[in-house]
Amino acid sequence: MEAFTTHTGRAVPLRRSNVDTDQIIPAHWLKKVTRNGFEDGLFEAWRKDESFVLNAPQYAGATVLLAGSDFGTGSSREHAVWALQNYGFKTVISSRFADIFRGNSLKNGLLTVVLPQQTVEELWQLVEADPTAEITVDLVAREVRADRPQGPLTAPFELDDNARWRLLEGLDDISLTLANEPDIAAFESTRPSWKPSTAQV
Amino acid sequence: MGRTLAEKVWDDHVVRRAEGEPDLLFIDLHLLHEVTSPQAFDGLRMNGRRVRRTDLTIATEDHNTPTLDIDKPIADPVSRTQLETLRKNCAEFEVRLHPLGDIEQGVVHVVGPQLGLTQPGTTVVCGDSHTSTHGAFGALAFGIGTSQVEHVLATQTLPLAPFRTMAVTVDGELPDGVTAKDLILAVISRIGTGGGQGYVIEYRGSAIEKLSMESRMTVCNMSIEAGARAGMIAPDRTTFDYLEGRAHAPKGADWDAAVAYWKTLRTDDDAAFDHEVRIDAGELTPFVTWGTNPGQGAPLSASVPDPASYDDPSDRLAAEKALEYMGLTAGQPLREVAVDTVFVGSCTNGRIEDLRAAAAVVGGRKVADGVRMLVVPGSVRVALQAVEEGLDRVFTAAGAEWRHAGCSMCLGMNPDQLAPGERSASTSNRNFEGRQGKGGRTHLVSPQVAAATAVLGHLASPADLSDAPDASVLEEA
Repeated sequence: MEAFTTHTGRAVPLRRSNVDTDQIIPAHWLKKVTRNGFEDGLFEAWRKDESFVLNAPQYAGATVLLAGSDFGTGSSREHAVWALQNYGFKTVISSRFADIFRGNSLKNGLLTVVLPQQTVEELWQLVEADPTAEITVDLVAREVRADRPQGPLTAPFELDDNARWRLLEGLDDISLTLANEPDIAAFESTRPSWKPSTAQV
Repeated sequence: MGRTLAEKVWDDHVVRRAEGEPDLLFIDLHLLHEVTSPQAFDGLRMNGRRVRRTDLTIATEDHNTPTLDIDKPIADPVSRTQLETLRKNCAEFEVRLHPLGDIEQGVVHVVGPQLGLTQPGTTVVCGDSHTSTHGAFGALAFGIGTSQVEHVLATQTLPLAPFRTMAVTVDGELPDGVTAKDLILAVISRIGTGGGQGYVIEYRGSAIEKLSMESRMTVCNMSIEAGARAGMIAPDRTTFDYLEGRAHAPKGADWDAAVAYWKTLRTDDDAAFDHEVRIDAGELTPFVTWGTNPGQGAPLSASVPDPASYDDPSDRLAAEKALEYMGLTAGQPLREVAVDTVFVGSCTNGRIEDLRAAAAVVGGRKVADGVRMLVVPGSVRVALQAVEEGLDRVFTAAGAEWRHAGCSMCLGMNPDQLAPGERSASTSNRNFEGRQGKGGRTHLVSPQVAAATAVLGHLASPADLSDAPDASVLEEA
């Protein structure tokens, strides 16, 4: 997995709640069998509308997505995370993420940051007023920082120590688990015979 | 203090618990399909890893599969490649696969239960958010992403963050014509699409206990639409009766040992939930969605809501955008919304009881002029059962199309799609923008409402049908 320590970049204000993963990457893109090449599918339907914020030239090349609440609801498709990363996003900020999307993001090194809606609103206002404004997401300090005309904004965010450590180091979860293989074998040896098996009967 | 059902199942699967680490849970059953697995198998190959427990893994083809001409090569080359990739991966890694054309093929969440693989007190995962379906058996079942699919293939375990518990208690009697689908749509509308975030929901109460296994699956299936990690129902006699005799259910002494354990899987009287919601079943009515997320629903007897009536500005904006996309106006009675297409099927409502319910409504009647009705059984087994009961002929006599099994128009990865601007009444689970085809507009409904809507051409319940069915058509079936 790609490690994440700190990132500074311009941000896109996506003022919309309940953005489901069908909007992030429509189902017909899911026929691909790779983890890359999804950038053109990102928000495909909305990007056909010239006024969609991702089409605004002042936000071209932005790497931070400032999303509304309940981002990533619906389908478990990890392709949504790959599409955001393929397009160039390094981090997504929202007041609430759907569980599966958040899990998928952290597995891929796309840092999802939960901030209070009021703070998201302040960041929206900042980048709407000045699209060149940069936002720093610092996983080491667990805080989001931005310079505003009225003074600096610093917002702490939570991420449990274990998830943070895996992101900072860019660790492979499967290798970590396999380091505890004897625990798995021990559990398996006590599994009752009546538990289900897919072996043909 | 006592424990909830979810906590008991969790505790019984902890492989490793260490300070500062997420619990490592053992996975009893891993279901695979063609869409979310290819990159996971690639990962195994790249790292020289194998599938640890092929005997706890099973695959089928459902999302891409056509529902017509299944004996011919799949027309869409990209879909064909994806299915062929699954076949190659399953052959290489020795995973049991039920491909298109196999008698056990079907929507993965219909196949698991009908084989008797989904059992109480198990952990079930699949790279598909509707894995919550299996919670109907008292299993802890949840959807995972492709990285986690790879993790389970390689280790048969998952490190998982702790969850919170929510009780949704539904007491009383569901009125005639009100189904499990209406119940769950009402629940989602109440708690919202993000209200379940971080929670495992346990559905309980007298109205839940009276539901059949298939209705319980409909309820648990849509837990994810409320944002919940999983939905569960405590196993009882209904659960045991459903399982007994199925291909992979325990037999003989194993059956007795299993039932003895399953009977312990109830939330203790002194257990506490982190959050509780109560619903009076007697107050529920047929429920439909008007918007572009499953929480935007209302009773069929209501009108399209006015966005101005929402206090929360983001809810108001969401409602405005939804009405614009759906081509609806505030105050319009939902019963007056005309549809082009009716879809009966999916992991939510594609089982035999759903088909029976829809057939009972359209039997002896005709699908309205200009309306296309697709009936897609959830699995080949469901299709065969329906044919044996003559349901396929009831549907075709009414003018509906009887198709082969698969996910079909629930998400339109195969050719079954809405055209731009087309409107459907659908027994599936998601009314997101473009979900059933680019520009398509979806109203989520029960099988009964879907069937009545097909006959009248606008959103309707069976109670709206004034004409008596044509008895001669029924006799032919």
